[in-house]
Amino acid sequence: MNKIWLIIEREYLTRVKKKSFLLTTILVPIVIAAFYAIMIAVSISGETNAQKIAILDKAELFEGNIEKDKKDKSSYTFIENETEQSFKAKYKQEGYTLFLYIPPVNDTAREQIKVHSQASVSLFVKSALEKKINAAIERKRLLAANIDPDIYKTIKADVEIENTIDSGKGQETKSNAMASLIISFAGGVLIYMILLIYGTMVMRGVMEEKTNRIAEVIVSSAKPFQLMMGKIVGIGAVGLTQFAIWIVLMGTLQLFVPLIFPQLFEQVSNPMLQESIPHAGSSKLGLFLQSISSLPIGLILFCFIFYFVGGYLLYASLFAAVGSVVSEDQQEAQQLVFPIMMPLILGFVIMTKAINDPDSSIAVFGSIFPLTSPVVMMGRVTYGVPWWQLGLSMLLLVLSFLFFTWLTAKIYRTGILLYGKKVSWKEMWKWVVRKS
Amino acid sequence: MQNILEVNHLKKNFATQKAVDDVSFTIEEGSIFGMLGPNGAGKTTLLRMITGIFFPDEGEIIFNGRKFDPVNDIINIGYMPEERGLYKKMKIGEQALYLARLKGLDKQEAMRRIKYWFEKMEMQTWWNKKVQDLSKGMQQKLQFVTTVLHEPRLIILDEPFSGLDPVNASLIKDEIYGLAKNGSTIIFSTHRMGEVEEICDHIVLISQGTKILDDSVKKTKQDFKENLFEVGFEKRPELIQNNQVFEVAGIKGEHIILKIHEGYKPHDVLQYLLAQSHEIISFNEMLPSLNDIFIKLVEGTPLARKFQPVENAL
Repeated sequence: MNKIWLIIEREYLTRVKKKSFLLTTILVPIVIAAFYAIMIAVSISGETNAQKIAILDKAELFEGNIEKDKKDKSSYTFIENETEQSFKAKYKQEGYTLFLYIPPVNDTAREQIKVHSQASVSLFVKSALEKKINAAIERKRLLAANIDPDIYKTIKADVEIENTIDSGKGQETKSNAMASLIISFAGGVLIYMILLIYGTMVMRGVMEEKTNRIAEVIVSSAKPFQLMMGKIVGIGAVGLTQFAIWIVLMGTLQLFVPLIFPQLFEQVSNPMLQESIPHAGSSKLGLFLQSISSLPIGLILFCFIFYFVGGYLLYASLFAAVGSVVSEDQQEAQQLVFPIMMPLILGFVIMTKAINDPDSSIAVFGSIFPLTSPVVMMGRVTYGVPWWQLGLSMLLLVLSFLFFTWLTAKIYRTGILLYGKKVSWKEMWKWVVRKS
Repeated sequence: MQNILEVNHLKKNFATQKAVDDVSFTIEEGSIFGMLGPNGAGKTTLLRMITGIFFPDEGEIIFNGRKFDPVNDIINIGYMPEERGLYKKMKIGEQALYLARLKGLDKQEAMRRIKYWFEKMEMQTWWNKKVQDLSKGMQQKLQFVTTVLHEPRLIILDEPFSGLDPVNASLIKDEIYGLAKNGSTIIFSTHRMGEVEEICDHIVLISQGTKILDDSVKKTKQDFKENLFEVGFEKRPELIQNNQVFEVAGIKGEHIILKIHEGYKPHDVLQYLLAQSHEIISFNEMLPSLNDIFIKLVEGTPLARKFQPVENAL
């Protein structure tokens, strides 16, 4: 026991002390946060970019008056006694950034509406103008058909379906499909990547020990099983540390977001405000954040950690066995890794299906079969999974982890000391069934 | 003297070939024991069974009077494999500490011994260097230190001098003598006969998985001697004919190599030469080198083809 701790300690410390570990651990959340910040900055800057717009409204679409909401910082000026040609030459000198020309024809000749500018107009500005013109045309048509625009507004329907899950415990949980989808997908992808990244890390570690012949020295002091488990647990601990640091860093960075973008913070944190502007784009984010908090966060976190640890232990032992069998040949390693990658990729594919259709038979199977369950179950758990399925899946994962560790330890202890020979599947099987 | 290790009828088969086939020998405590054999003879497999890495298919190993129990006895064994095994990116001090603690030393004790050995081997300045920054010979020294750090009773060295310059080789050689003097037993596996001749008390020769020789170095040489003598003259006589006492086996500068015929003694040779009033300045028996014996014994087996014929005195 003492030796296995020593091995775990070494595997852990040598990796954590590396500069590359520090770099990736700190850089990744910063990059993600920067990405996040840029996205927000872009979406906000589109709104604050004030334009000075001159409108020559020959068709009398706006009738000299334009509707502005309070976010719109652009100014609109109606000009008279000019033609398109004459004003085109001087709108810039008069301090306008844009010149919107609406020709004096009937409202169907839409394509003749032009906006003049020095540089190309951003999509955002263009669509805002189009929206305004469309509204004005609609209004005109409504009036022409003798319909009161205010009455029309009350007639227009805008429905969003809300899904309530009746779990039979007298408690209704509100579900937001979008939030579930995103969290499920993120969880599944994360588990998939963890298994892949840390699994190959274990494999490379084993290969290093084999090719450098360290295994022989260590095995004359400790059991091969201790060496294998020490490596797996040590690297797993590195992974957990990395995640813990990421979560803390992301959390702190998230605190800074409202300081940098106060507008966003107002909208997100003030539900009253959201109620008052239900159709404003950014309040969707607020709604999304709200519905995340309605998800069973505790269960999701627990499942994430459980399937992370269970799936990692299962796959890491398989990767370790492969590492012990191959010699220096990278190509050989790829060949042998393939059978391990197959269920992992299969799990990923099932997971992408499961997030859209969590109760389909393939998703249920995938979330119980231990080689795919870590990835697939993360894709299902946000939608609510029957307890017996969750329990069975976890039990099978633990049992198969124990089984595969026993199996791979046998391959490992022979493979790690065997050099310069290609090992066939048949031979590996012999190592497994051989006694002691 | 008590035997620290007894190996009885050890057998180990791999999938297609017999690696070790019925090998037995005993090693006295405190001796330096040479295990010789051409490449692929089964030395490493044998050593791996003695270090508990492999289980023998048949036969038994008695360590220190009891049946060898890998889990507990391993603390008393230090094994330096032929291919050096060190973590390339780990600092030297940490590496030595880690390996020592794996052998069951506590941290303070391990530190104390590492400092002692590093000083002895002039390695103090290496502590924070990484193994990949060391030359092959320096790595060898480190590996040797980590092997003997826990003061094992049985030290197994597989080709310990490969890659070492003469200064460091003799440094380690002295340490080996010192360890043997302090009661440690040393198994020394090699295919370089020169080293064995100098260091070992007792040798076994393994070829194709079987033991073909097991004796002390002195006795082996006696057994394989061919009654050759080298006679040095002040001025080599032009004409020395074969006679009933000896025949001339070779001429080397002012020296003549003679082979004494059956039934005659060196004394007779001297008498014969003195009778002809030649001025003799030296007279030595030429014992075969282990190299010669090794080649003689191994020759004829397919494995011997791997070896270049070595020049001998003739």
